[in-house]
Amino acid sequence: MTLSLFTGLLFFGSLTAGLLGALTGLGGGVVLVPLLTVFFHVDIRYAIGVSLISVIATSSGAAAAYVREGFSSVRIGMFLEVATTLGAILGAYLATVVHTQALAIIFGLVLIYSASVSWQQRKLAAVEVQGHSRWSDMLELSGTYPGRDGVPCKYEVENIPGGFGLMFVAGTLSGLLGIGSGAVKVLAMDRVMKVPFKVSTTTSNFMIGVTAAASAGIYLHRGLVAPGLAFPVMLGVLAGSLIGARYLVRARTAVLRSVFTLVVLALGVEMIVSGAAKWF
Amino acid sequence: MVLEKGSAVSQEHGHFDDRRMEAIMGRLLQIGVLSASFVMIAGGLLYMRAHFSETPNYRVFSSEPQRLRHFSGVLEGMKTGDPAAIIQLAVLLLIATPVARVVFALIAFLIEKDKLFVLISLIVLAVLLYGFLRPQ
Repeated sequence: MTLSLFTGLLFFGSLTAGLLGALTGLGGGVVLVPLLTVFFHVDIRYAIGVSLISVIATSSGAAAAYVREGFSSVRIGMFLEVATTLGAILGAYLATVVHTQALAIIFGLVLIYSASVSWQQRKLAAVEVQGHSRWSDMLELSGTYPGRDGVPCKYEVENIPGGFGLMFVAGTLSGLLGIGSGAVKVLAMDRVMKVPFKVSTTTSNFMIGVTAAASAGIYLHRGLVAPGLAFPVMLGVLAGSLIGARYLVRARTAVLRSVFTLVVLALGVEMIVSGAAKWF
Repeated sequence: MVLEKGSAVSQEHGHFDDRRMEAIMGRLLQIGVLSASFVMIAGGLLYMRAHFSETPNYRVFSSEPQRLRHFSGVLEGMKTGDPAAIIQLAVLLLIATPVARVVFALIAFLIEKDKLFVLISLIVLAVLLYGFLRPQ
């Protein structure tokens, strides 16, 4: 395959991954790494390195749109970034000791888990906050978000240690697999800390960029960011996710979303099977 | 008192608050990604021209050359107009974007005189710099 054909195919493949990521809410990295390894036969370490870069691009690129909505909380984000960045450093170091086949299997498991989270999100209703959390006020994590009629709704966060711990796990997965681990981040905020859904998804977007930046430097220094891959992949994923966020989210996507969730599921199974097959 | 921080109510008073901070940070991130994309496009096109006849192979892992892995090496490559170094500069710009956001939040919390969050931002910044400066 010539370089121009390879680069062109990579660009459109990455564009699709970005679209899928925006559509399922899972982020580009989750689809990108299997795409690169399964279809383009790229070594998984290169795939993870270039995916981290794309994750930063998507997260930062979507930021302005998210800010305009007025849901994100800079305080919750910053506080939890302590956990995610520390986790990301650990993940990047773990990546050197974990065998590439084991890496593929872990990645497959995370894909299957992410698909199931995406599936459940279709029917889950918002959680109502009950009781009063003292720590939420002490750490200044309580806040408000614009309600439907323009009246600010107040919210508090619960189970801060639990959420913080889960965020550390999300960060570790991000540094190990080169993904944003948006699914785990939303789980930690939405389910465990009872942060309102809109606030947790938008805040998670900001955190993904900072988390990926913590381990991206380590990958770059190790020589895992290949320029020939970074060019088409980063631009493709960024373009795909911006198009996806702008046009597809508003479209009637229930069916599309289900189909793509199945695609993610299939990719997860494929990665586990091929990872395990090479073992023998 | 604490509950009012970051609320939409304080926005009406026009002074520096969380909402304005986030608006500026969103813009900052956009500018970072945009400039990185431009550098990436320029470097990528030059890279395509320089390596036109080669067959890409990423099947087997071989680490990128030293000069493309460090800030000083990338700057050195910029002088000679090495396309791969231009791409890596775009990568560095991208990594710097979220870091700049944390620096900006730190400054904003300093202006708000919020000691707790100045400390929290400093911790995040320290971890980010550790990842970038001490990789071995």
